[in-house]
Amino acid sequence: MKTILYISQDTTAVAVGADRVATAFVQAALNAELPYTLVRNGSRGAFGFEPLVEIEINGRGRMAFGSVSVADVTSLVTAIADGEYEHHPNYLGSVDDIDWLVNQTRITFKRCGEGDPTDLATYCALGGYRGLERALTLSPQAIVDEVKDSGLRGRGGAAFPTGIKWQTVLDAQGEQKYIVCNADEGDSGTFADRLLMEADPYQLIEGMTISGLAVGATKGFIYLRSEYPRAQKMLERAIDVAMAEGYLGADLCGSGQQFDLEVRMGAGSYICGEETALLNSLEGKRGVVRAKPPLPAIEGLFGKPTVVNNVLTLASVSSILADGGAEYARHGVDRSKGTMPLQLAGNIKNGGLIEVPFGISLDKVINEWGGGTRSGRPVRAVQVGGPLGAYLSSDQLDVPLTYEALAELGGMLGHGGIVVFDDTVDMAKQAHFAMDFCAKESCGKCTPCRIGAVRGREVLERVVDSTASSNDLILLRDLCETMEQASLCAMGGLTPLPVKSAMDNFPEDFGVTDNQYEVAV
Amino acid sequence: MKASLEKIVEQTAAKHATSQGGLLPCLHEIQAELGYIPNDYLESIASAFSLSTAEVHGVVSFYHDFRTSPSAQQSIQICCAEACQASGSRELEAGIAGVLGVEFDETHPTDNYRLERVYCLGNCACGPSVRINNDVYGRVDLATLPQLVSEAVQS
Repeated sequence: MKTILYISQDTTAVAVGADRVATAFVQAALNAELPYTLVRNGSRGAFGFEPLVEIEINGRGRMAFGSVSVADVTSLVTAIADGEYEHHPNYLGSVDDIDWLVNQTRITFKRCGEGDPTDLATYCALGGYRGLERALTLSPQAIVDEVKDSGLRGRGGAAFPTGIKWQTVLDAQGEQKYIVCNADEGDSGTFADRLLMEADPYQLIEGMTISGLAVGATKGFIYLRSEYPRAQKMLERAIDVAMAEGYLGADLCGSGQQFDLEVRMGAGSYICGEETALLNSLEGKRGVVRAKPPLPAIEGLFGKPTVVNNVLTLASVSSILADGGAEYARHGVDRSKGTMPLQLAGNIKNGGLIEVPFGISLDKVINEWGGGTRSGRPVRAVQVGGPLGAYLSSDQLDVPLTYEALAELGGMLGHGGIVVFDDTVDMAKQAHFAMDFCAKESCGKCTPCRIGAVRGREVLERVVDSTASSNDLILLRDLCETMEQASLCAMGGLTPLPVKSAMDNFPEDFGVTDNQYEVAV
Repeated sequence: MKASLEKIVEQTAAKHATSQGGLLPCLHEIQAELGYIPNDYLESIASAFSLSTAEVHGVVSFYHDFRTSPSAQQSIQICCAEACQASGSRELEAGIAGVLGVEFDETHPTDNYRLERVYCLGNCACGPSVRINNDVYGRVDLATLPQLVSEAVQS
C-alpha cells in the first residue's frame, strides 16, 4: 500500500498547527509501520478547514480530513491502516466532492494545493509554462492583444485595464524597460497574493516573463512586503529552479530572449503598496508618492518605462496566454471579466480564498461559503476592499460583487478582501482606526493626507470618548471632502471611504440623535 | 568590537552599492547582522552609495522595520489591523501588557524580546494573528498567548 500525505506549508495552515500535525503524522505512521510519503503542499485556501490533511492511497483520489489537531493523528493513522477512514470524525470526503472547493471557478488558483509549490515538474504537469511557450511564438503586439481580449483589469485594487497599460509600455521608447510586481499586499483582510506566491510561485514567474516578452523588458522585480517571509523563501527557491532550468535568464527556453527576475523586500511601510511609492522604494529611497503624470508606464523605475502590476494580475496572464484571452473573458459580467479571488476574513466561520466569476452576491459569499460569523452572533458590518474600502451594513449584503456594483454603493471591490464584523463592533472606533492608520502610514508628501488624517483622528477621538459636538461631525465631513479631492494618491483619497460609510450606515454609533444628524448632514 | 561593527557595515555597503537601488537590501542586511543600523555609521553607508548622510537617515527613518538603536533579538508582533480587530485583537491589544509584563514598543525586562504592533500578517481568515520571530500563529487570545510565548521565545 502506497500512501501519500499532503499537509500544507502555507502561513495560515502552519499558524493553526500544520507543522505540529505533520510531525505527529510522521511519528504515528512510523509507529504503525505505515509506508507513506509526506508532501508539504501549498494551501487550497480553505482556511476554515486547516490544518487540512489529504491522503492518497494507491493512486486513487485524495481523501480530505479537516481541522486536524495533533490529538486526532493517532486515531486517523489507525483508521487509514484499517481502511475505516470514512467513519473518522475529521473526514470531509473526497477533495473533489467538497462543496466549498468545487463550487468555485478556479483559474488562477487551480494548481494551489495540488503539490509541492517549488516542484517544477508538478507545475508543468498541471499545465504550467504552456502560456510562456505560446508567448514565445507570438509577436509582442500579439501578446498584448491577447491580454486586451481577456478584458483583464488590474487585481491590485484600481482595476485599470492591463492590456492598455502594457500597450503604453510597449509603445514607449527606451532601451531598458522593467516589469515590477507589486507584492506589497498590505490591506488587512487580503491574502490572495500571499497564498498564490506560497502555493504556486511559478505562475507568477511565468506571468512576469510573458509580460517582459510583451513589452520588451528584460528585467523584473518582485517587491514583497517583509511581513511575508514564507513567500520570500518560496519565490527565491522557485526563481533559482526556473533559472537553472532555462525558464529565466539569458536564453528563455532556447529562444535567445532574456528575462531576469529578483525579489526585493519592503520594510514595513503600507504606502509602498502605492505604485509610485513602491518604485521609489525599489530605487532605495523613502517610499514617498510621486505626482502623476508622468505615468510609470512612461517614466517608471529608474526613469524607464515600467509595467507595475499586482501579483494576481501577472499570474492570470499565464492562463490567458495558455488558453486564449477569449476563454478568460467568457467568465464574469459586463466590464468585470474573468474571475475574482475573494478573500473571506475577520469574524467568519469558514474563511479563506474563493475564486469565483464576478457577479456573485456578498450575502452568498458570507453565509454559504463562510457559514456566518465565527462568534455565532449576527453580522453587523462588512468592510469590502481593504482598509480603504467602505463599511457596508447587514441590509446591503445583496450587492453583486462587481467593480461597478460596489462603486454604485459608494464602495469599491479593491483587491477582493471581505472582512466580516459581528454586532459587538463599535463603528466609531473603526472610523477612528481608519484615520489613525492613515496618520501613521501617510508618506507625508501631500498636506490633505498628512494633516487631514491627524485632524480626523482628533475629531474621532472625541466621538469615541462621547465628547464630540454636532459641529465636529460637520468638520469631519469637510475634512473627508478635502482629503478626497486634494490628496495625491489613493491613501489620502480613499481613507474617507471607510469613515464616511461608517457615519452614513451606522449613525447610531456616532452619538448622533436624529435632530443632530440633520444638522451634521 | 567597534572596529568589527564598522567593518561589517563597510563591507555590506560596498557589496550593495553597485546594485541598482541597493540601499534597502543593504540596510536589511546590516540590521540582520547587527540587530540595528548604528547612527554612527550612516555616513559610511552614505559615502559607499554616493549619497548624503541626511538622505540615508531619511530612508532609515522612513521605514518601520529599521531601528537605529540596539534592540532585543526576538520580537512578538500583534496584528492590530481590521480583520484581526473583527476577531478579537482589540481585547488582545488591551490586555497583553498585563499578561506578558511588557508594553508595546518596549523590550521585556527579563526575556529577550520586544513587543510590537503590526498591521496585517496575511493570516486574516484565522485571526487574531501573532508573529513570534518568523512564525505566525492564528486564533490567539489572551488565554492561549502566555503559553505560546513561553514555547516560542528562546530565553
